[in-house]
Amino acid sequence: MNGIRQASERLQQTILKDQLERSPERNDSFTSESGIPVKRLYTPLDLEQADYLSDIGFPGDYPYTRGVYPTMYRGRLWTTRMYAGFGTAEDTNQRFRYLLEGGMRGLSMAFDLPTQLGYDSDDPIAAGSVGRVGVAVDTLHDMETIFEEIPLDQVSTSMTINAPATVLLAMYIAVAEKQGVPAEKLAGTTQNDILKEFIARGTYIFPPGPSMKLAMDVVEYCFKHLPKWNTMSITGYHIREAGADAVQELAFTLANAITYMEAAKSRGLDIDDFASRLSYSLGCHRDLFEEVAKFRASRRLFAKIMKERLEARNPKSYLFRTFSGSCGSTLVAQQPLNNTVRITMHALMAILGGHQAIHTASWDEGHALPSEEASKLSLRTQQILANEAGLCNTIDPLAGSYYVESLTSEIEKRAAEYLQKIDELGGMLNAIESGYIAGEIQQSSLRLQQAIESGEKVIVGVNEYIEDEPEDEDEYLQIDQDIDEQQSNRLATVKAERDSASVKNALEELKKSIDSDENLMPPIIEAVKCYATVGEICGVMRDKWGEFRDTSFS
Amino acid sequence: MTQSKLRILVSKLGLDGHDRGAKLIAHSLKQAGLDVIYLGIRHTIPEVIDLAIKKKVDYLGLSFLSGDHMTLVPRVISELKKRHANDIRIIVGGIILKKQVPELKAMGVQKVFLPGTPLTEIETYIKESSIAQTA
Repeated sequence: MNGIRQASERLQQTILKDQLERSPERNDSFTSESGIPVKRLYTPLDLEQADYLSDIGFPGDYPYTRGVYPTMYRGRLWTTRMYAGFGTAEDTNQRFRYLLEGGMRGLSMAFDLPTQLGYDSDDPIAAGSVGRVGVAVDTLHDMETIFEEIPLDQVSTSMTINAPATVLLAMYIAVAEKQGVPAEKLAGTTQNDILKEFIARGTYIFPPGPSMKLAMDVVEYCFKHLPKWNTMSITGYHIREAGADAVQELAFTLANAITYMEAAKSRGLDIDDFASRLSYSLGCHRDLFEEVAKFRASRRLFAKIMKERLEARNPKSYLFRTFSGSCGSTLVAQQPLNNTVRITMHALMAILGGHQAIHTASWDEGHALPSEEASKLSLRTQQILANEAGLCNTIDPLAGSYYVESLTSEIEKRAAEYLQKIDELGGMLNAIESGYIAGEIQQSSLRLQQAIESGEKVIVGVNEYIEDEPEDEDEYLQIDQDIDEQQSNRLATVKAERDSASVKNALEELKKSIDSDENLMPPIIEAVKCYATVGEICGVMRDKWGEFRDTSFS
Repeated sequence: MTQSKLRILVSKLGLDGHDRGAKLIAHSLKQAGLDVIYLGIRHTIPEVIDLAIKKKVDYLGLSFLSGDHMTLVPRVISELKKRHANDIRIIVGGIILKKQVPELKAMGVQKVFLPGTPLTEIETYIKESSIAQTA
């Protein structure tokens, strides 16, 4: 090391000094996307403090910096998971079957906003949002249509559903039962991460207390009845999309995870019984090295928290198993085909980051939901990188890079400092309710926006290389304007045909279970089987618990 | 005009929770010296219009990112007319197709800002358009 130090100092005084005098660098200083200072050069001197065995180690072994499994992509490639769902149940069924025939291995389901917020399609507040950002689900009938001719024991389904996760999971279980598939065979994920809704995504319904109860009901029920189900996908992606930087994304995701773990422990669940059924999701943003470092740091910091702080004993509980995907906010509406390059970079950073499932966005998403063709191109992007580029022959190929290892440690350190600050504020629920988290995110969001507006950060087509472009907008996916009416008619038909006495009974039973503070999954499953609607079931809970209104302006 | 500062109400309507853009705009307009009321997410049309009238705002800024603007904007305009408050100027922004801009303007929207618009352009527009209209 001394030799390297001396050589480095000598070169700085000679050739570097001469070079800088002749032509200075482009900027006075360089930083990562999240504002972490980046040096001109990284050398073994930057890794002097690192201990290979305790900090980096081996894949499949603590602290898992290099990956959660011993063979990673040499054993099995990641699951390509394309987020889909729009319009009516038939539209979504068709898209799912198209993607499955194209070689996709896992379904990822998007729901429209009324469904995510527990309203039926005929509710006046749903006007204009039925079937827009995902599929409309009012009753079990819609779920049956979505999975028609898709055997649920042969796919895994990830559902982006949070506040009413109990209801949609209940419907999935009921569809499986009708197909003759037992619950214990069901594989998939419910996002069910309500805390980040209060921080970032905004689709909360009930106040934090009852919201946490519902999330935990899913965890507890699945532990007993759906052993293969991932009960929660604790998600940093939305926190990043709300404007957080990479460090905040990681820190706040882990702070949420700690909160759930502690809540489950306080229900008497053993951490080693449920922790391995939680999965995680982080975004792929713009800065390739920073993102790869973030993914590596996340595995290491998580494993340390699980072992040292939460005292899990089963090594399976230490695994930070992740789904990662393109941050939609990095895609731009200008010169939209350029987004294919950005999406390729997202896939590259995700692969170098060692995720278990990867989503790639589509180039037209700056304007609309993806068209079939654009969605196929994104799937092919992953397949090309998986098969043609030599990326999957060895594990964690960026390990040992002086820069990437330094950045991994820096991100871990900064995230750990945030976690300490959150503890000082009395935990994540307090930090959220006091507005601290929203304020931190807002500051980062502003900093990035100002960097783009000042031109300090160049976004091609947005603040440089701008073109006047005629747009061929007819290519974008358009949702049928009549969908509100179509879906409301379908709902009216289901309501007319169902046995209303049994619906009424089932909703009464649900009320009783709320009053006696039982796990609500069983009465909700009974209610969906009678074709009670999402709005009716959530209505019972709204009556009991009220709704949360965010009054913190920042 | 009785108030000295320009006043704008920034809000989201309906169920869409994407508030990053709306918050940035509210913040930057405040920095630029406007009187900004930021209402946040998930409000109904009557709620927003009641407040706009009560607070005597000059502008109502609405942000849409989930494709519900072509349904909700006409309802905002007709509600404003019904309440004799069509002197409140409507500015809309978000994920909106270029070809929808003339349609929105025909409905009575004063200005539409598309993705990628610099915040300073929005500030300048509001200041200049208000001078043009009061002069």
